[in-house]
Amino acid sequence: MSHTLGEYAIVLDVTFAILGVALVLTFVRLLQGPSLPDRVVAFDLSTIIVLGILAVHSVASDTPVLLDVGIVLALITFLATIGFAQSLARRAGGKT
Amino acid sequence: MNDLVVAALLATGAAWMLIASIGILRMPDVYMRMQASTKASSLAAGLMLGAVALHFGQAGVTARALAAIGFLYLTVPVAAHLIARAAYHAGVPLWEGTHVDELANAADPGPHGPRDPDPADGLAAAPKD
Repeated sequence: MSHTLGEYAIVLDVTFAILGVALVLTFVRLLQGPSLPDRVVAFDLSTIIVLGILAVHSVASDTPVLLDVGIVLALITFLATIGFAQSLARRAGGKT
Repeated sequence: MNDLVVAALLATGAAWMLIASIGILRMPDVYMRMQASTKASSLAAGLMLGAVALHFGQAGVTARALAAIGFLYLTVPVAAHLIARAAYHAGVPLWEGTHVDELANAADPGPHGPRDPDPADGLAAAPKD
């Protein structure tokens, strides 16, 4: 697939496959919940896995600009998680 | 030699990502899932971004990779702490084998008040295993 890493290029394909499996397993947890925090944690993990896929792809295709995408992705995920936590705490506190 | 180290770092990072996702799928309650996913995935992201920095070997790329690692290591524990605290106060049930619950008898329940004993709004469905 790629010509980077010389004789170790097969490692890139294997890494893509492993990360794909990890993403599928995380999506199973995202779909079956059962509570909202479970889904938030699974979503958090899935974006970090996507960050890993971006890292592997930037090595495989020799395009370091993909790192910027990863940084923005991590930033947005952090803000989304903070928002979910705030919303959860407010809904839990408002009922008492 | 450089290629070998990059390949090894990428493969190790992918293995830790897989461990994190297995943990999030197999652990019995949300708090254990959280500790499985956050720690393993932080290590994995650090390894893979280090591989990127080593592969390109340019100052700009290395700086961005280090910035991404530092940002992740700062934000992932903070986010996990906030979600765990919110989940606890929303009444997400603990695993039945949990022995220590230090917040249950704490003198100061914290800014969100005591734990919601009866979560009825679907935020905290019972875990099915």
